[in-house]
Amino acid sequence: MPSSDKKRLDYYALTWRLPVIVWQVLFFVGPLVFMIAMSFFLVKNYRMTEAFEMKNWVKMFGKDYFWDSYFLTLLLASMSTIVATCLAFPAAYGLAFKVSGNVRRWIVFLLIIPFFTSYLVRTFSWYVILAESGVVNNILGVIGLGPYTMLNTRFGTLVGYMTLTLPLVVILQTFSLANVDKNLIEAAQNLGASRVKVILQVIIPSAKVGLIIGAVFCFILSFGDFVAPYYLGGSKPPTLPILIIDTTKSGQQWPRAAVVAVMMMVTLMIVAFTAIKLAYSRKAYR
Amino acid sequence: MRADKLIRWFLWGYLGLVFLFIFAPIVTSIIFSFNSDRFPTIPLGSFTWKWYQTIYNDPDVWDAAKTSVIVALSTSCLATFIGFCTAYTDFRYQFKGKNSYLVLALLPPTIPLIILALAMLAWFSKIGLSGQVWSIVIAHTVLCAPFAMAVIRLRLQQMDPDLESAAWNLGASEWSAMRYVIVPFAMPAIVSSMCLTMAVSFDEFAVAWFVSGLNKTIPVIILEILQGNIDPQINAIGTFVFVTSITLVILAQLIFMLRTPGSASNA
Repeated sequence: MPSSDKKRLDYYALTWRLPVIVWQVLFFVGPLVFMIAMSFFLVKNYRMTEAFEMKNWVKMFGKDYFWDSYFLTLLLASMSTIVATCLAFPAAYGLAFKVSGNVRRWIVFLLIIPFFTSYLVRTFSWYVILAESGVVNNILGVIGLGPYTMLNTRFGTLVGYMTLTLPLVVILQTFSLANVDKNLIEAAQNLGASRVKVILQVIIPSAKVGLIIGAVFCFILSFGDFVAPYYLGGSKPPTLPILIIDTTKSGQQWPRAAVVAVMMMVTLMIVAFTAIKLAYSRKAYR
Repeated sequence: MRADKLIRWFLWGYLGLVFLFIFAPIVTSIIFSFNSDRFPTIPLGSFTWKWYQTIYNDPDVWDAAKTSVIVALSTSCLATFIGFCTAYTDFRYQFKGKNSYLVLALLPPTIPLIILALAMLAWFSKIGLSGQVWSIVIAHTVLCAPFAMAVIRLRLQQMDPDLESAAWNLGASEWSAMRYVIVPFAMPAIVSSMCLTMAVSFDEFAVAWFVSGLNKTIPVIILEILQGNIDPQINAIGTFVFVTSITLVILAQLIFMLRTPGSASNA
């Protein structure tokens, strides 16, 4: 190929690459970098002025309510991750090993539907279902139980988180379990391993990466969600996302909200990197 | 074996429970959208269209619907274009820094929406773009483009990578090879990506709430009603949004599934 052609081709390839780079830098990297910078700005007379001061960081780190929110959010997101991972596993196991590929595709398609229905409306529905005089307590009342208080509790928050994350975790786990080498499982069975042993020592270690990725996504989604802890959990104390909203919307304290957001991002990065390291560590087989 | 059968039944039952949990809120909201009682309790009141009439007669809802449609349509075009550029580049070219390029393009879904919302609110007001319909479009495009990329990339995967070079060697210019080879082949994915991104944009509330200013979208209206009192209007709007989104998703899925097998025949 003549070099002028090669050059033209390079330019052609570049025309397809550039729009994405420009767009993402302008509207994705730009906002995030600006937000980090903003955490050092000052607010004077209700107006934000550009500066480089540690004031917001010192202020937020010195507040008990910030740390209360921080550890509550960590705790709730961790609970959500553990519960979703455990609840999803039997379903994903069934889908991966006990049904045909065709049935699996249809069920996964059904599992995608919730992503496209308003999460807000589904949360409102849970509010109705779990209320003191709601559907669940009505049914329990028939057999003489309850009423139980489920709203404004951690249980309520977790129900909300599960609404958001469970379908995704089931899908990701199903894909990773379906990719486990069937010969490996058969070999273990032929060698006389019990069902439980096969699951614990063959299937879970082989599907580890996918299972952990599902857990990480669950953690990220729960950690960043403000709807479940606000409407179903009662928001006392608020979680970090609610803190961001309160600080931004009513307080007009954008720089302090930025501090909270940066802290969230740092936490998520640590969690994600630790998890990825765990996923790819080799010490699975005994 | 009896144990096998038992386990199979247990797993099906369990899957049923998972589906009950996932679909209970969707079904509940549809049922209560036709229920006459203001407070949603059992036993149900009588059948009514009243909540649908309320939203039908509410000019705010109409304005929001208009904004939502404009945003969703613009977002679907822009996001699909960006997604196509990324997918095509990833499919056809090797270059230095390709990994960073892909990370840059695919990272947005891993950042919590509330963080992006704050960051975009601040950035838009800095560059003088805040509170416009366009601010929502731009923000939604950033969120949706990775999904568009995934759908289109999946389709390009089924294409022979040498097909384009063959067209070039036969004398087609790069642009006409793009127009007559790549784009027609990717068309089903392009259309389903448009439906998919439209549905995502139509549903997104966190970022839209932060950057929209006075141009509320439907989900933002839902959020604001939710902050007030219990109001069955939500169920009616929710059902309407649900039907719209599901139609788009099923359309996307059908187009992708119908055109994807036997890929050579419709290249």
